[in-house]
Amino acid sequence: MALTLEQVRHVASLARLSLSPDEERRYATQLSAVLDAVAQLQELDVSGVEPTSHATLASSLLREDVTLPSLPPEKGLANAPSKVGTRFAVPKIIE
Amino acid sequence: MVLTELSMLELAAKLTSGEVSSLEATRACLTRIAQVDGQVKAFLRLDEKGALAAAEASDARRKAGNPASALDGVPIGLKDIFLTEGGETTCGSRILQGFVPPYDATVVRLLREAGLPIVGKLNMDEFAMGSSTEGSAFGPTHNPWDLERTPGGSSGGSAAAVAACEVFGALGTDTGGSIRQPAALTNTVGLKPTYGRVSRYGVIAYASSLDQVGPMARTVADTAALLQLLARHDPLDSTSAKLEAPDYREDLEGGVRGLRLGVPREYFTGGMDPEVEQAVREALKAYEHMGATLVDVSLPHTKYALATYYLLATAEASSNLARYDGIRFGLRAKDAKGLRELYGLTRERGFGPEVKRRIMLGTYALSAGYYDAYYLRAQKVRTLIRQDFASAFEQVDALVSPTSPVPAFKLGEKVADPLSMYLMDVFTLPCNLAGLPGLSLPCGFTKSNLPIGLQILGKPFDEARLLRIARAFEREHGFVRRFPTL
Repeated sequence: MALTLEQVRHVASLARLSLSPDEERRYATQLSAVLDAVAQLQELDVSGVEPTSHATLASSLLREDVTLPSLPPEKGLANAPSKVGTRFAVPKIIE
Repeated sequence: MVLTELSMLELAAKLTSGEVSSLEATRACLTRIAQVDGQVKAFLRLDEKGALAAAEASDARRKAGNPASALDGVPIGLKDIFLTEGGETTCGSRILQGFVPPYDATVVRLLREAGLPIVGKLNMDEFAMGSSTEGSAFGPTHNPWDLERTPGGSSGGSAAAVAACEVFGALGTDTGGSIRQPAALTNTVGLKPTYGRVSRYGVIAYASSLDQVGPMARTVADTAALLQLLARHDPLDSTSAKLEAPDYREDLEGGVRGLRLGVPREYFTGGMDPEVEQAVREALKAYEHMGATLVDVSLPHTKYALATYYLLATAEASSNLARYDGIRFGLRAKDAKGLRELYGLTRERGFGPEVKRRIMLGTYALSAGYYDAYYLRAQKVRTLIRQDFASAFEQVDALVSPTSPVPAFKLGEKVADPLSMYLMDVFTLPCNLAGLPGLSLPCGFTKSNLPIGLQILGKPFDEARLLRIARAFEREHGFVRRFPTL
């Protein structure tokens, strides 16, 4: 299945990736080849087959509801590219 | 005696007898790294000070007759995917350059508590996506057996460091074969435990339903001893199994007499290097000779595993990697105008080509209109693959196959062709889809002196038996005690 450049741009936008025109062309070719290869799954009859989302059935998803110490703000912010006081700073998002 | 060529347990015995100190062993590793890592390039960074301090503390415990574990004082390396408090962790990516985690991964904490000096962080394919370690943003690792070749991936730095005797053992992660394939290509032993056997808390996520942490070492007994330190329930990981770990070393010498070993016929069809096939066939004969029964089994959906894996792994990756947005940690595109551009430019500059390719594929497979055809269908095929294994294990105790279809390939050979690179995992990834344990051990060399690996797959939580089967071969054939010349 051949992906168009427009489809590649749409997927890149969903994935929040700003691709260069060169990358768009390259990914159109490479992703098309991968999609051709995975198309073989269409030949299987999977009607009535339940999907497996996890390899083992997780039975211990919930922990005891007890209060535990969490990361102190100075540690949580230590890797922030930009911060103001105890908050992460981001560019203005409302025009 | 070359100190760095000892196995972990041999070194531990010398630490116990007082013949060698942990400080000496750790210094020997650092010296060896200084001598050979310029060629191998397994390490992304060293923690000389931390390792020597841990060694000194270990020596004090040994002297007081109070070792913290069987491997107290044995120096080890970590794939750079494990969070290490206070020490930079990059996961092989530019987007995490300079990231200093505020806490240790559970497995790192367990190793520290067991007294193992952590010598440094090892190279890997960016975000564990790759089969050659060429995907690292910091340059490739070289195979110590032939420096022009790849050590495999994504845990290529871990495998190369262990093979080159720079450390005695290492931890890796395995999502589609990333422990076993590099182990096979470097004459080392690598174990991917059952999904849920080892905690993944503090391990940077690639594909969460497949990722598993595991030990890498030069002998089967070392691998068992390392697993012993890691296998336990972790309340911080909701996928961690609430199961007691058995004593993995107790029955290690029990042999294979009476065991039924399945030979999956789909793993022996076409595309395999003839020398690899020959070595694996000889290993099968050896098992028969040691008293095991070989059983021809079929895993009919094997040919769909690769496609299933690449759809599911990339879908999960596209979701997991959404957290690299330039807001809370890692790289940020400083010149971006507005939030949307900040995300786009940060991710464009921070991720390498393979990571972007997989995010794109995963996003596509999950997008409106394609979800049912790709993602949901792959989840259903995953069920069929699991059922194949379940029926095979009704007849046999374990499955034996090649680990990698080819020996180590040349650096640069497959980089431009993603599909041919993906094929490197064709024998290893079905095991991840089914959540089973898998082990790779050395089973021979090609005429040009490249290692060949044998893969053993088992039932869920049957690691002890896999180790026993592996040990039986190792004891008879001893390929593991060959070292590369550097």
